[in-house]
Amino acid sequence: MNRLLSGDSPKSIVLSVLLVAILIALAFAPFLFPGSRSLETAARICIFIVLVASYDLLLGYGGIVSFAHTMFFGIGAYGVAITIDRLGTGYGALTLGALIGLAVSGVIALLIALLSLRVRAIFFAMITLAIASAVAVLVSQLSGFTGGEDGMNIRIPRELTPANRLGEVMGTRITGKTLNYYLVFGGSLLLFLLMLRIVNSPFGRVLQAIRENAFRAEAIGYRVVYYRALATCLSAMVAALAGSLFAIWLRYVGPATTLGMEIMLDILLMVVIGGMGTMYGAVVGTAIFVLAQNYLKELMGGLSEATASVPVLPELLSPDRWLLWLGVLFILSVYFFPTGIVGRLRGTR
Amino acid sequence: MPSPSLVTRDLTVRFGGHVAVDQVSCAFTPGELTAIVGPNGAGKTTYFNLISGQIRATSGRVELMGRDITRLPVAARTEAGLGRAFQLTNLFPRLTVLENVRLVVQARERRGFNLWTMAMGHRDLIAEAQAVLERVRLTHLADQTVSALSHGDQRKLEVAAMIALKPRVFMFDEPTAGMSVEEAPVILDLIAMIKSDPEATVLLVEHKMDVIRSLADRIIVLHNGALVADGKPAEVMASDVVQEAYLGKELSDV
Repeated sequence: MNRLLSGDSPKSIVLSVLLVAILIALAFAPFLFPGSRSLETAARICIFIVLVASYDLLLGYGGIVSFAHTMFFGIGAYGVAITIDRLGTGYGALTLGALIGLAVSGVIALLIALLSLRVRAIFFAMITLAIASAVAVLVSQLSGFTGGEDGMNIRIPRELTPANRLGEVMGTRITGKTLNYYLVFGGSLLLFLLMLRIVNSPFGRVLQAIRENAFRAEAIGYRVVYYRALATCLSAMVAALAGSLFAIWLRYVGPATTLGMEIMLDILLMVVIGGMGTMYGAVVGTAIFVLAQNYLKELMGGLSEATASVPVLPELLSPDRWLLWLGVLFILSVYFFPTGIVGRLRGTR
Repeated sequence: MPSPSLVTRDLTVRFGGHVAVDQVSCAFTPGELTAIVGPNGAGKTTYFNLISGQIRATSGRVELMGRDITRLPVAARTEAGLGRAFQLTNLFPRLTVLENVRLVVQARERRGFNLWTMAMGHRDLIAEAQAVLERVRLTHLADQTVSALSHGDQRKLEVAAMIALKPRVFMFDEPTAGMSVEEAPVILDLIAMIKSDPEATVLLVEHKMDVIRSLADRIIVLHNGALVADGKPAEVMASDVVQEAYLGKELSDV
């Protein structure tokens, strides 16, 4: 167990319980929460945990601010979509697409890193913003290649679609969709454990040292640029794999679902709410955020009806105001847990 | 006489029209502790920065163990055998004392690009870091966060990091600055211990004359960026040029 977690135990009983609960909920989601909407939510949580954790690798461990993370996510997704579009449906094309996304992300990340990491951190952030915007425009313009604003539908192998009926287990119908979910779940779990391994390796320690004091890290013999460049590449490549999983799960890819600035902001919020530089923060932050995004509206609808007899409250709790309350939740969480939920639970400053 | 480990040849740096270090040629040999003195603004710290690479030279050369390192970046010079402690405390403030030293040992052993193993699994690195902390008597603080340490203990930790780095050339920039009278001797004892290794070359920028008297084998004097005196402590301190350039200036400062 310790080896699996790379020696990085949660170090808090509440956090351990929370993490085990999330793990069990995700592992048995098709049986615990039947219904396509809850399965959508569970898959989204799995994929975003990986995406957010890979961003945490960069921001929380490396101290590098990037706005291009969704771009790498998109490259992974489009890699699968375009490859299948060109080569036809098949596991080979699926794997090849994911590998192409992985390679392209790695190369672009390396170029950005080597071009801009030598200078100030703010320059890197600006460059990533510029490149991400350029790529988003490019994707929406090159409609012959990427499907433009409409995006692309992806024809994945039939075994992974709802049309593939496999029978029933404990009253839950098992279809290709269930298999597809477990592909997402298994892939996400592996990628998360991989990142946990990386942040607890000697390399991960150097990243934290650089975040603390880059001048010092250089002076004791670490070539800061190379470490930051490698962190940027790793983070981009994991994001691309998360994007590939997302494309396979949704069977669709479009600019709004993968490349949008809103997603970039969501990722930032999830990292901060969960706790930067903790990895487990990605799990907790993503679970809470995605659940709130998907169910806050219903919850508020219920509350609004329940308080129908009270004067102002139903107005305030109207489902239309869910975004306002999400904002309030975010501000409160940052105010009360400046080190994130995980930082708070672990009792660090 | 052993051959010099560190040599600067006509080392010069200009900032605009101002020459901060002016054609300083000097050789430093193992087993010798050289104190670098001079009034404030004489270029002592700039000279250090040129040697360790924080500033690039306008002209001239720096050679370490016979190898030209003038154009190398900071980390590469450290790998080549240069160790530098800074005038202002320079550590990883939110990491533990042990981790601060462990990171140095890990850098020296070049295991930083190891992605797959657990850092805690590298027992030899941890053991060596602990041994260094033992030598400087910081073991009881090993698990403390550095920012919680007293100023004196932080300076001690910097010396510990230097010991862990095992460089060929040690560079100390006012190691006792800002320390209390009780704390300073501990640091000086550590430097004396480093100096007792005949392989070690030690450079020390220092203002306190009693420190220089007790530790230095040799003194060089910088004045307006130029090397104006070089020799045994007693000779240099007695020479007119030093009285005028250094002590005279110091008195007029008061």
